[in-house]
Amino acid sequence: MPAPCRVVVPLRQHLGAPAKAIVAVGDRVAEGQPIAEPGGFVSAPVHAPIAGEVTFVGPRAHPGGFPCESVVIEARDGVGPAATDGAPPPWRLPGASADWERMTRAELTALIREAGIVGLGGAAFPTHVKLSPPAGKPIDLLVINGAECEPFLTCDHRVMLEETAAVVTGVRILKRALGVPRAIIGVEGNKPDAIARLGEACALDDGIEVVACRVKYPQGAEKQLINALTGREVPPPPGLPLDVGVVVQNVGTAAAVARAVTAGLPLYERVVTVSGSAIARPSNVRVRIGTPLRDIIDFCGGLASPPAKVVMGGPMMGASLTDLDVPVVKATSGLLFFTRHECPDSTPHACIRCGRCGEACPLCLQPSEIALRVEIGDLDAAQALHIQECMECGTCAYICPSNRWLVQQVRLGKAKLHDRKQQRSA
Amino acid sequence: MTASSNAAPEGAPVSAPPPADKVGASARPTLRVGPSPHLHGPETVPRIMRWVFLALLPAALVSVWFFGASAVKVLTLSTLFCLGVEWLCLRLMRTPGALSDWSAAVTGLLLGMNLPPTAPWWLILAGAIVAIVVAKHLFGGLGGNIFNPALTARVFLLVSWPTYMTTWLKPGQRQWLAPGTDLAGITEATPLGLLKEGRLSELSAGASDLLLGNLGGSVGEISALALLIGAAALLWKRIITWEIPAAFIGTVAAVTGLAYAIGGPERYLAPHLHVLAGGLFLGAFFMATDMVTCPITYRGRLIFGAGCGLLTAVIRLWGGYPEGVSFAILLMNAGTPMIDHYLRPRTFGTATARQGATS
Repeated sequence: MPAPCRVVVPLRQHLGAPAKAIVAVGDRVAEGQPIAEPGGFVSAPVHAPIAGEVTFVGPRAHPGGFPCESVVIEARDGVGPAATDGAPPPWRLPGASADWERMTRAELTALIREAGIVGLGGAAFPTHVKLSPPAGKPIDLLVINGAECEPFLTCDHRVMLEETAAVVTGVRILKRALGVPRAIIGVEGNKPDAIARLGEACALDDGIEVVACRVKYPQGAEKQLINALTGREVPPPPGLPLDVGVVVQNVGTAAAVARAVTAGLPLYERVVTVSGSAIARPSNVRVRIGTPLRDIIDFCGGLASPPAKVVMGGPMMGASLTDLDVPVVKATSGLLFFTRHECPDSTPHACIRCGRCGEACPLCLQPSEIALRVEIGDLDAAQALHIQECMECGTCAYICPSNRWLVQQVRLGKAKLHDRKQQRSA
Repeated sequence: MTASSNAAPEGAPVSAPPPADKVGASARPTLRVGPSPHLHGPETVPRIMRWVFLALLPAALVSVWFFGASAVKVLTLSTLFCLGVEWLCLRLMRTPGALSDWSAAVTGLLLGMNLPPTAPWWLILAGAIVAIVVAKHLFGGLGGNIFNPALTARVFLLVSWPTYMTTWLKPGQRQWLAPGTDLAGITEATPLGLLKEGRLSELSAGASDLLLGNLGGSVGEISALALLIGAAALLWKRIITWEIPAAFIGTVAAVTGLAYAIGGPERYLAPHLHVLAGGLFLGAFFMATDMVTCPITYRGRLIFGAGCGLLTAVIRLWGGYPEGVSFAILLMNAGTPMIDHYLRPRTFGTATARQGATS
């Protein structure tokens, strides 16, 4: 969609330390110019999504439901998408070149870091951190996640179809940056067109393999995808994929890496799935980071009916929004406008011990048992039942015939454990 | 996406109502917020219970065919009494729940199917009270009970009024039995009863009678075939899983088969008759699989089923009662918490931790 005239860019768009603003009110910025620098190693810079004037630096509502330090940029006469004449030329990363095969691993990682690239699957973990595995953890495989993370979301599918070349270039760059000989692109079997197209594009590089995997949720979760493609099981937290020699990157991230390294384009736009019955024209749109939700609603034909719930992310793990004035962030994989009918109110009933939550749990936990311990306040028992290993995919609560708050109790239990730990150490 | 890290109840409208000056396309819709997941699967408790109720109907209909008015009376009274007692309990104990969850209807139908067709109304009422009040609501209502309510009631009635509970009508006696009717002449012993009394030579019913239900017995247990049809529906709908019935019936067949092979046909019943006779199918498919009172893991269910089978066979072969399915299931119900405690599933990634890059 066309660039908006006003963007609100939160500085916390990734896991880790928030970025620090390096612009002030009144500054004129070019499209793509860095406006915030990383606040630590596990952090990422933020770039101006549009050219314009900085009109505000301070707290604004973050889609996560908390106030967050943000930079507001408005298009002005002479600058910005409204008037192309006299606009400063877009800012591009220095050092980027199509001749990336000559760059060293460190140069590639540095470029990716400068570009502010984070995992676009939804977790928004800074990509350069994943590309810098600690010594002593050998990596032998790069897994590219093309198994859409959640139901409803189709943005990865569109990226694979429409930006196949960029995805494959990105995979090759990531492979080189990691120094691994082999990469597997895992795509769910219900996207044969994407599998075929990626297969053609990868035919020249025998280090890349496209593998169809079973259609299920959660297939796009790192641990599940690694298991499906390689049979390896990532150990429970603090275990990471690199403990089994694997690094996972999303297809959208790969495409962003290709654009950053070959054309110097920082990450200031992404593909977002806009769906749900309450939106007039469900679509996948490429939007600038910081675009207010209302602009996207208007672009997608407005609201067909009043939404009962608006979800940012997927229906299983996304967050419901309290208002429509929040901006799109780097982690926004989807915007779902649900009607009352799609997400009816639920009242939990008594657990009938059917055991389905345990059968469905991708990590083989026993959600009903854990939730019960949290409910009665026995955090130690919950910990003994591996509450910390839950990845909060929500499958248990989805399947529960009694509508119980299973994953919700797990989150509550984790938060209580976190509080308790902090109190004890204080 | 770390926004909703709490278990706040859903449904509370959070954002402000639309301001008066903002109407039309830009109006603020009232948005609901709540923790993810925002979607829910189609399965609900009433749906599960309704399927169990429906799956019991083929066997119930067979009993109506063979026992006529008596079976209709027992099944109807039992279901209505259980629903009535449940209604009272929900009111008096202020337990959340409703008759519309169908759980009391299932208990009622199951209880009726566990009674002899000659059961008088007061016996049925006593059973309904024990099932719903004692076995279910004193333990906390739906989901809280340790023992299967219908079976608890059956065993209570069996030890309290053994004569009433073992007066088996001959199949084909379809007429209305007024209270006080002389039952001598229209009753017979069950195959397992004959076995216990050492009158095995008098046994006339064969495997086909046991399959179709052409013999004396409890209202719901006579036709193995009808029970299998219902069980197939439950397996197909994935309401029950195969582990408990398979382990249960398999163990009964194995143990009774061993006894038959060693002790000979004069003293023991053939294993296939043991499997088809008595309440084994009703118990294995419909009562041992009661979700509330059986273990929640696959391995736990296999052990639970095998335990039920072993106890059933031991009671039938060497115990004081001709039939042991009810006792076996109740005893294993008591063991369920322990089975669940010791058989936790292996958490993903734990056994292979530090497996490293091997391939």
